[in-house]
Amino acid sequence: MSKPDLFPGVNRRDFMKTCVTVSAMLGLPFGMVSKVAAAAQKADNRPAVIWLHFQECTGCSESLLRSSHPTVANLILDMVSLDYHETLMAGSGHQAEKSLHDSMQANKGKYILVVEGGIPTKDNGIYCKVGGKTALESLRKAADGAAAIISIGTCASYGGIQSVGPNPTGAVGVGDIIKDKPVINLPGCPPSPYNFLSTVLYYVTFKKLPELDKMGRPMFAYGRKIHEHCERRAHFDAGRFAKAFGDEGHSLGYCLYKLGCKGPATHANCSVLGFNDIGVWPVGVGHPCIGCTEPDLLFKTAIADKVQIHEPTPFDSYAPVDLKDKGKGPDPLTTGVIGLAAGAAIGAGIMMAKKLPDGPEKEDDHEKTE
Amino acid sequence: MRKPSRRDFLKIMGATGAALLAGRAGAEASEEHHVNNETIGMLYDATKCVGCKACMSACKRVNSDYGSLSYEQAKFDSDGLWDAPEDLSGSTRTLIKLFKESDKQWSYVKYSCMHCQKPSCVSVCPVSAMTRDKMTGTVDYNKDACIGCRYCQVACAFNIPKFQWEKAIPQIVKCDLCKNTNLLKKGITACAEVCPVGAIMFGKRKDLLEEANKRLSENPGKYLNHIYGEKEVGGTNHLYLSAMQFNKLGLPVLANEAPAEFSEKIQHTIYKGFIAPVALYGTLCFVALKNMKGHGTDDKHSEKEEKGESDHGA
Amino acid sequence: MGHDEYQKHDAKILTPTFIVLLTLTLIGFALIAVRFIKGIGAVTNMSDGYPWGIWITYDVATGTAIACGGYAMAILIYIRNHMHYHPMIRSAILTSMFGYGLAGFSVMVDVGRPWNSYNFFIPSKWQANSAMFEVALCVMAYTTVLLLEFLPAVLTTLEKTEWKTLQLLLDMLYSRMGMKRPERIGERLDKVKEVAAWLKPRLDKVLIFVIVLGITLPTMHQSSLGSLLLIASTKLHPLWHTGFLPLLFLINCMFIGYSIAILESVISCYAFKRPFETKELSGMARIIPWLTVIWLAVVIGDLAWRGQLGAALSFDFYSRFFLLEFCLVAGGSLLLFSGRKRESIRWLFASAVLIVLGGALYRFNVYLIGFNPGKGWHYFPSLAELMITVGIVAFEILGYQVLVKILPVLPKLHTRQQIDAGHAAEGKA
Repeated sequence: MSKPDLFPGVNRRDFMKTCVTVSAMLGLPFGMVSKVAAAAQKADNRPAVIWLHFQECTGCSESLLRSSHPTVANLILDMVSLDYHETLMAGSGHQAEKSLHDSMQANKGKYILVVEGGIPTKDNGIYCKVGGKTALESLRKAADGAAAIISIGTCASYGGIQSVGPNPTGAVGVGDIIKDKPVINLPGCPPSPYNFLSTVLYYVTFKKLPELDKMGRPMFAYGRKIHEHCERRAHFDAGRFAKAFGDEGHSLGYCLYKLGCKGPATHANCSVLGFNDIGVWPVGVGHPCIGCTEPDLLFKTAIADKVQIHEPTPFDSYAPVDLKDKGKGPDPLTTGVIGLAAGAAIGAGIMMAKKLPDGPEKEDDHEKTE
Repeated sequence: MRKPSRRDFLKIMGATGAALLAGRAGAEASEEHHVNNETIGMLYDATKCVGCKACMSACKRVNSDYGSLSYEQAKFDSDGLWDAPEDLSGSTRTLIKLFKESDKQWSYVKYSCMHCQKPSCVSVCPVSAMTRDKMTGTVDYNKDACIGCRYCQVACAFNIPKFQWEKAIPQIVKCDLCKNTNLLKKGITACAEVCPVGAIMFGKRKDLLEEANKRLSENPGKYLNHIYGEKEVGGTNHLYLSAMQFNKLGLPVLANEAPAEFSEKIQHTIYKGFIAPVALYGTLCFVALKNMKGHGTDDKHSEKEEKGESDHGA
Repeated sequence: MGHDEYQKHDAKILTPTFIVLLTLTLIGFALIAVRFIKGIGAVTNMSDGYPWGIWITYDVATGTAIACGGYAMAILIYIRNHMHYHPMIRSAILTSMFGYGLAGFSVMVDVGRPWNSYNFFIPSKWQANSAMFEVALCVMAYTTVLLLEFLPAVLTTLEKTEWKTLQLLLDMLYSRMGMKRPERIGERLDKVKEVAAWLKPRLDKVLIFVIVLGITLPTMHQSSLGSLLLIASTKLHPLWHTGFLPLLFLINCMFIGYSIAILESVISCYAFKRPFETKELSGMARIIPWLTVIWLAVVIGDLAWRGQLGAALSFDFYSRFFLLEFCLVAGGSLLLFSGRKRESIRWLFASAVLIVLGGALYRFNVYLIGFNPGKGWHYFPSLAELMITVGIVAFEILGYQVLVKILPVLPKLHTRQQIDAGHAAEGKA
């Protein structure tokens, strides 16, 4: 409680609870909790964060703000030095621009750049401008001095809904433009706020980026498929499915695969963490997963389309030891043909035997005369 | 010219028969074959197994690329949702089955290669595609040598090697103790690694036997007092403990002598040092040449006669 | 014993039988193509329980026994010194050659990874414990030996041929192309004739060693065909699983060999309207009962020793097949004990059929019918699988029919017989 004023409204108990949650999510041993807490408490340690908005709906920021369990919004806002965030900061106009400029200058090479929203590239990026500068310009300039970039949300990660064909603005994700800086993608529509929190705390604690998968997503959050930990999984294994919205299976909470659930192909921890701190999530309330963390699924496949399961697991029943019927037996056509052939052969044999001479006859005489 | 007729012929026949008889007699005399308890294997305890099938999933996940395993669809499963093998097959190396006698009498059983101490499949493979590692005792398959004759399938008393019948480029599929995959990376087979209840124990045969005997003595009445695979077909590296009769679990009742011992003794007796075939060839040559000489004069005579005819013969 | 004991059978090649056989062959080969494109499971009913189906059982295990005519005749002629049977050997060798060649071919169809067969020639891959290895090498060697044994027939033809058909064909081709036929083709053809003429006497000198090899090899691999099933001690029914399997298979192939030699002679004489070779056949038929008696004695003695006589007489599924096999062989042999019946072509034919069927059933029993891999497994060949076997057999008969008409294979007829036969053949055509 050395600096209680650093986190107004957060008591020690709630603070530690959050740190334990975050440590657990990161897969850190329990002993690391104190380290995480220490890192979170250290005022000097606060990394500067610059948060840019481009083509987006601010849903990601909203999601972050709505995470109420021990006032994560407060925690994150006070823990990091959020120098620029268009929808949250008090200042506006030139004042805001100056704040951005100052922060970039002061923390050059050290600040974390958070990007929310896709970046239009067509026609030199004129389809999104903030403060007279295109998104492209702002991003390039901000990325230049950043230590690392976090693309929060599917739009910043892969381009999101505006990048879907015909993609009139030529929208892309941060990773498509910035190649020389580490980019961490936290896709999701919206992403879980705890994934963002954990990523930042990991960086603060260990001074390095967490392990990423091939899509640039942190493994601790996106390493497994939704399907693997889904609360409806038992129904899947047993073959119990909701076939239509509102049918009996749906009301009984059966698996939503046949309604188009993308869980078996979607890497995210929604099925473990839930949302809104009360564990709700789309599949939990009866809507199939739409695969929002996967660039190939969200907005690219219809919600009702079924995904192919690439790594099936055994069905929830057992083959009996005695299978009764193994191998292939005779079919009527074969036995019929064999019967006919055998009959013909026996008949021909008998006919031939009848025609053959019985006893030493005249052919034999030829031989004898030789 | 002496006619070496039936008498000689029967002599040769007798010699061949005697060789075969000797083989028979040799095979009858039981010869202790060496069991190497330092080799590695697994102990499956059917009373501990909870039937979660984690071993099945792990096996395919780990070995699928290497063993060209694929997932098997059940007839009712048009979406291809589950891997539903009914038996070991060309795409399944291990499998959990359920034997249910009544609601109270039931047991799971896991099938996979038994890794015999004296494997029939290795003994019969004509091109050494099936091999047994001397150090580890692992019975392995090399698809680059295999000609696909399926003699190993005929020979295996446990019906373990499986063939990929539906493929244009098929191969034999059987457990190789994750030799090139999990064992190489983590030092343990995938199925034993993931088993949540310790029903599959991986280790040296001597440790497995010790553990099995310990379980038998510590839990009187829980198990059938028999370690399946300890003696069967000359000993196997995959051992079983169960509360049920093993033959009910699909594990055949087998003699303690390895079938390969029997067949190899006969084969070795006939072909020892290749003496018998060479002797046979020599004897036959001798007899045939003698016969030809006897006909030599006839031949010349007939050849002369035939020379005249040859023109109109063509 | 020159090459002039033989003659070509002068008759048309394109007969109705030829067309039927060709059709069956083509169907068979089309199905073989399907097997190579879609896998063995697509055309056969083989399974992991019954990995060897009708192809191995018939084409290999039984087919080679039926192709043992050449082996049996060679023993008779060269070892037992009955040179007067010599005129019959070439047709016997031709059928053996086809039998073995096509057994080898069907093995290539049957095995899953035939492209790896070269491993048989790599010493580091040899596996002397395997009866299969022994069978494979012996069968390959024996097929080569049979080719060598048959080579004189080809050489004789090459030596004497005028290349009439080829000349005509070439003339036609060149005139079509509007070119003059180059001289050197004729020279080359002459060269071939010269080589044939040069090779023939040299081959004749060493042929006896090849022939004896041709007796040794079947002795080895026919017994090994029995050894193949020694390992299946838990799967083969005790009526058939015995340490004597190699010996039983060896004797079995001999009496099948003699019986099939009789059948071939009778059927080809009947089909080609040639006079029957009754004297040779009845002489040969005298050997068969002795072989079958030894065989039956070993079978019964072995069953008694192993205490399986009760099982043999239990009249269950296995026992019935055993008894059928036993009665066929015993019945056929009983007929041949009678001197009068041995003189009758009809009875020779009948008894040879019985013995071949009995002997072949024995091999079916060992490889398929008595083979039980465990509870629940069953096998019955599929139609496609059967048609492939039928196609291969049809090809064998087709080849025999064609080759006896273009090469000197059949025993030479006396002039008057030849005229009779010629008339008969013309009458048929």
